[in-house]
Amino acid sequence: MSTNQETGTFDSGESSSTQDRSSRSGGANYGNYSGEQARPGLQSASAKRLAKGLGWFSVGLGLTELLAPRAIASISGVSNKHTDLIRLYGLRELAAGIGIFAQKNPREAMWSRVAGDAVDLISLGVACTAPEAKRGRVTFATANVLAVTALDVICAMQLTDNNHGIHAKASCVVNRPLEEVYNFWRDFQNLPRFMRHLDSVTDIGEGRSRWKAKGPAGMDVEWEAMIVADVPGEVITWRSLENSEVDNAGAVRFEQAPGGRGTIVKVNFEYKPMAGVLGATVARLFGEEPNQQLDDDMRRFKQVLEVGEVVVSDATLLGTGYMSQRPGRPAAASELEGAEMLPSETATNYRSEERSSERGMI
Amino acid sequence: MKANCWYGKTQVRVEDVPDPQILNQGDAIVKISSTAICGSDLHLYNGLIPTMQRGDILGHEFMGEVVEVGREVRNLKVGDRVVVPFPIACGKCFFCKEQMFSLCENTNPNAWMAEKAFGHAGAGIFGYSHLTGGYAGGQAEYARVPFADVGPIKVPDHLTDEQVLFLSDIFPTGYMGAEMCDIKPGDTIAIWGCGPVGQFSIRSAFLLGAERVIAIDEVPERLKMAEDGGAETINYRNESVYERLMDMTGGRGPDACIDDVGMEAHAPAMIEVYDRVKQAMMMETDRPHALREAIMCCRNGGVISVIGVYGGFIDKFPIGSVMQRALTIKTGQAHVHRYMRPLLERIENGEIDPSFVVTHTMSLDDAPYAFDIFKNKDDKCIKVVLKPDWNGNGAAKDDSYTVVH
Repeated sequence: MSTNQETGTFDSGESSSTQDRSSRSGGANYGNYSGEQARPGLQSASAKRLAKGLGWFSVGLGLTELLAPRAIASISGVSNKHTDLIRLYGLRELAAGIGIFAQKNPREAMWSRVAGDAVDLISLGVACTAPEAKRGRVTFATANVLAVTALDVICAMQLTDNNHGIHAKASCVVNRPLEEVYNFWRDFQNLPRFMRHLDSVTDIGEGRSRWKAKGPAGMDVEWEAMIVADVPGEVITWRSLENSEVDNAGAVRFEQAPGGRGTIVKVNFEYKPMAGVLGATVARLFGEEPNQQLDDDMRRFKQVLEVGEVVVSDATLLGTGYMSQRPGRPAAASELEGAEMLPSETATNYRSEERSSERGMI
Repeated sequence: MKANCWYGKTQVRVEDVPDPQILNQGDAIVKISSTAICGSDLHLYNGLIPTMQRGDILGHEFMGEVVEVGREVRNLKVGDRVVVPFPIACGKCFFCKEQMFSLCENTNPNAWMAEKAFGHAGAGIFGYSHLTGGYAGGQAEYARVPFADVGPIKVPDHLTDEQVLFLSDIFPTGYMGAEMCDIKPGDTIAIWGCGPVGQFSIRSAFLLGAERVIAIDEVPERLKMAEDGGAETINYRNESVYERLMDMTGGRGPDACIDDVGMEAHAPAMIEVYDRVKQAMMMETDRPHALREAIMCCRNGGVISVIGVYGGFIDKFPIGSVMQRALTIKTGQAHVHRYMRPLLERIENGEIDPSFVVTHTMSLDDAPYAFDIFKNKDDKCIKVVLKPDWNGNGAAKDDSYTVVH
């Protein structure tokens, strides 16, 4: 049973039923934890067909611009002094067209078409102000570009926003017994001890919990989640309730490591960032790559279970990301204002008493 | 407090920084009495290790007095005199339980950086770039020592700082280099590099039962120190190391070879130019001349022990020689914790006095000068000990190596 457990997905109109969702199209199947990434379903076929059409349009327009720039200038009513520029735009169109046919998911190529449309519109705007411009033709050309732009945006958005969020996965081996590792995770109130972006998780009964997290740009977000499946010692999956601010789902699986070497923990996490894909891209630029975030969270999970607290160094007092590194030297009190609470200020270390009796073993 | 901080290639400055504080409850704060400059600090000084940040405090060989302990510390108390091992180990993870302390899984919060560079991360290290954790180093008046119950070792008062300080790194490192050779009675061990670690490898090889030790370098005072330790020596500037070694071993080659040089090897003529050009063009990060030569010289079925530091990629690695002749390569950052107690016993028993290696003792304030002479091997510099409260006189040793500033 456990191997077919599944987290929720972001498919529309989903009920809270827990079984047999794998047959639905678009379901992110977490059944296989053994390594390959659970990929969201196919893009809508129509968006891809539309992209292909726009790709041919790009190639056609590009060739015309490249070979007959004067004709293009005349049709769109702009001065034919700018034939070099039009040729350049032709090259751009060709590149976008080739990009669309070369990519399996022409998401980036489509967005590059949208950017190209913007350049065209600006150029037409500038051309309109020139004395020799034929206003009527320029207006007609602008209307045409606007129509194509609308198609491009719709297509690019469909290819991008395919109703699936950001997926991240990570795993680690914890040198503690399986039951203990499972129990620690099962008490969701422990999650903020190692998940850097979580402020708190409160159990509100009946398998439901309220999560508070630090969102992008310092905004606080809150949502409620429910446990979808829970097989003691094997797997826990959860997902946010419908209409949550942050739509997300997760699955964690526990395995006995061979040779009694502790417990293997594998986590899959999927969320739809509030600011959409653009927000996720910006976050990535600033070093908040989701896989790395989850990797670091799992490292801290292991630290809490094995040594009782999250280990910090001078350089990582403000975070482990590339941008949050500070020099490897002690921090002044003023520098730590607004920083997250240091481990030394938290109440008690995990298993403090037991661990002190284990001392002297090495 | 005062601390020696890195500011770029060949730039270090002693400046005022905030005092360290307890950050994890297993931490101790140590008031440093002596701290040393390690050969591996020169890789940082020369700008060859990535992920350094301006203002990082250097230093991973230090000792002193415990002045504060965290709530969870049980084995140490304020006033204890301790030597601190350079890798930081948690004592709880798989690798610590297997005594592979320099591979601890829990002490490098920047493990992701090391994973990008090396595939997997090792332990955190004091003052050794951000990819080993970004911990403040020990060339300072005070240091925060995480996992104080696991690392620091208490040392008896009748031993001087110079006798025990090198338990922090170079003595265990040199010793592990020799131990990896699986020395059997009658063995001949060849050692590339007569810097401080090489000196300890020479003496450790004898402690472990080697019959002959042949040491290779070019610096006269270092060769002299090697001879004082009982080694025969080869100056690679004067003769072919391969031919001389074959001559000395009846053509068979040494039973094991130790690379105590690492990524910044010097070599005769063209081969060094080749590696320097490739290193400058970022086509290889490390100059592996000593390692290549050690492999070619080692006897069939012998052991290559690599304890000198490498950080990246090398070129023209003679893997054919390794495979065809059944060589074993062993390597690693020293698992210092494993060796501190037994080596302290050897010091207490009078089997070895590590203070022989010290040539210069000076104030922490003089760290920039110390780095300069150590890098350039000026003033016959082999090993510098820095003292935060050095007053310019006192602990001078009266033997031929020591110069007091």
